Amino acid sequence: MTSTIDLARESSSEAEVSGIAARTPLELFWRRLKQDRVAMAALVFILLLVAVAVLAPLLVKLTGQRPPNDQSTKFLDEFGTPTGPTSENWFGVDPLGRSVFSRVLYGARVSLEVAIIATAASVAVGVVVGMTAGFFRGFVDTVLSRLIDVLLAFPILLLALGLAAACSLGNGCLGGLIKPGLTVVIFVIAFVNWTYIARIIRGQVLSLREKEFVEAARSLGASNGRIIFREILPNLVAPIIVYSTLVIPQNILFEAALSFLGVGVQPPNPSWGAMLADATEIFDTAWWYMVFPGVALLLTVLAFNLLGDGLQDALNPRVERST
Amino acid sequence: MSGEPLVEVRDLVKHFPINRGIILQKQVGAVHAVDGVSFDVMRGESLGIVGETGCGKSTTARLLMRLLDPTSGVIRFEGKDVAKIPRRAFKPFRREIQMIFQDPYSSLNPRKTVGAIIAEPFAIHGLNKGKGERRRAVQELMDLVGLNPEHYNRYPHEFSGGQRQRIGVARALALQPKMIIADEPVSALDVSIQAQILNLLRDLQRDLGLTLILIAHDLSVVRHMCDRVAVMYLGKIVEIADSDTLYRHPRHPYTGALLSAVPVPDPELASRRRRQVLGGDVPSPTNPPPACRFHPRCPKAQDLCHQQEPLLEQKPGGSVAACHFPLSDAEAAERVATAEPV
Ligand SMILES: Nc1ncnc2c1ncn2[C@@H]1O[C@H](COP(=O)(O)OP(=O)(O)OP(=O)(O)O)[C@@H](O)[C@H]1O
Ligand SMILES: [Mg+2]
Repeated sequence: MTSTIDLARESSSEAEVSGIAARTPLELFWRRLKQDRVAMAALVFILLLVAVAVLAPLLVKLTGQRPPNDQSTKFLDEFGTPTGPTSENWFGVDPLGRSVFSRVLYGARVSLEVAIIATAASVAVGVVVGMTAGFFRGFVDTVLSRLIDVLLAFPILLLALGLAAACSLGNGCLGGLIKPGLTVVIFVIAFVNWTYIARIIRGQVLSLREKEFVEAARSLGASNGRIIFREILPNLVAPIIVYSTLVIPQNILFEAALSFLGVGVQPPNPSWGAMLADATEIFDTAWWYMVFPGVALLLTVLAFNLLGDGLQDALNPRVERST
Repeated sequence: MSGEPLVEVRDLVKHFPINRGIILQKQVGAVHAVDGVSFDVMRGESLGIVGETGCGKSTTARLLMRLLDPTSGVIRFEGKDVAKIPRRAFKPFRREIQMIFQDPYSSLNPRKTVGAIIAEPFAIHGLNKGKGERRRAVQELMDLVGLNPEHYNRYPHEFSGGQRQRIGVARALALQPKMIIADEPVSALDVSIQAQILNLLRDLQRDLGLTLILIAHDLSVVRHMCDRVAVMYLGKIVEIADSDTLYRHPRHPYTGALLSAVPVPDPELASRRRRQVLGGDVPSPTNPPPACRFHPRCPKAQDLCHQQEPLLEQKPGGSVAACHFPLSDAEAAERVATAEPV
């Protein structure tokens, strides 16, 4: 029996094609990303930022700056105006005499915490909803898609403000499940952001489920669960990573906005948004209080956006770029 | 080949509803993809199904695979009605019939290695449990279809179209099915590679004693592969016959037209034949013509063809065809280079 088949192999002139070393799609993706200098710079910046956030207490100690909640009237002049950058307070002090340097460093923790937890939560909800709608279609899809439409049409900032305000009082809402402060912010962000991911995932699943490999799995006897988790999900990993990276900066800004409006992170915890809000009142006398957290926020958001764009390009290399 | 049929198909119908409306959906029509098809597939034979695009070949294949539920009609496999197989016994039934898909690019999951793709049937059915054993089984299959077994750790995108189709063949063979349905297995491939894949299929069919249904959109592919050929038009079988009979004495004018489009290598033969090009497009399957569906394009159509649907019946010359005015041998010879008088 094998003899006829051996003949078939010898006659197959295409057997040479696979001379190239084996490369997984992920390796190809990484290779393309490595060639994108801007994205790599953004990635390096983000890794540094993560390191700074994690090591914030150590860094503050090493640099000899004061901890973020250490108040002192020593650094205010006789009119109560904070003093600017000096060798003692690198980024100056705020109206309570606290070190802006330490507060910016600790603020990175808040920003990243919010960004990561809220993004993870919205991605989890979005992926589950999107996959359910896209895979089962029909009535389920109609209901979920209309729900998403309604949520997308909502005045999100008003909703967030209302929710945050309602949950910021006393014991929070849902029987204390959502407490004032960071949990409110994370909940609000996750609540409004999953729709974006769900839409993208739904679209991807709608097209993936029509692929012949899904039909092949079904004809082999695979269950729905197996098809969803073993056939479709692996094809969604890359888009999930890319869109998460694009959602993170939005979430950082959202946290800053909520804190700016006074319904986000509660004092005395440092948050870039809350610092900016404080700083607007004394901008003419204490520019450093606005500039340092502002630049930190700007660079962080920019880095995530650039990395997200780079990931997207590396994922869909259809657009030829001249460089 | 024993005389008993492996598969019997009776009056198989599949209509796809066309719905309008967002929440309260209303059915406004139906695509008559398969509209009353009956045929038998004998154990060990190869049956070709041929027809233009959209005539319902893939839908028929999906119905046979139970990937779609028929609107009506019966499919019997080894004498058992497959619609009546209980849920629990259904997974074992999946092992009996396997399919080779048309598009070797979309039929392999790009995120899986070739080894994992071919081992999937084993994983689903809990066969060849041990890791080493499974790998050995996969490599045997790769060898069987003419792939280098060393490549089992590679991803589909590292293979050419022809090699990918071999991977699809190996996956279909993994469960040792009794029957394989190949849905246009070569139409996405370069012409130079088509013959290799067809030869592979023919050799496997012969060596493993498989029953094969080969779907194609032109008759030349099927000619060297199949014992019998069924010609479909707009969801119906219009002619079914042994290959030789069909090529020598086509009876249905549609078969005649398809055969006249097959290129002939012999220029002398080619010049003797009058090429018949079918006018017009295939009518929409949403609203098929009444009575004989071929009448708007048929050169021989008469009043009767508008009024009464012809039934599949034995015609002189051996074929079974659904036509009121079948081609005579002389007419067949005019159009078809391979035709011969009885
Ligand atoms: N899931 C579906 N929903 C609605 N209509 C469908 C569906 N699948 C097929 N059809 C329609 O049924 C008809 C027959 O389709 P089918 O795929 O069986 O044709 P085919 O003979 O395989 O054609 P091809 O040679 O292009 O593969 C077509 O008109 C097609 O548009
Ligand atoms: Mg088809």
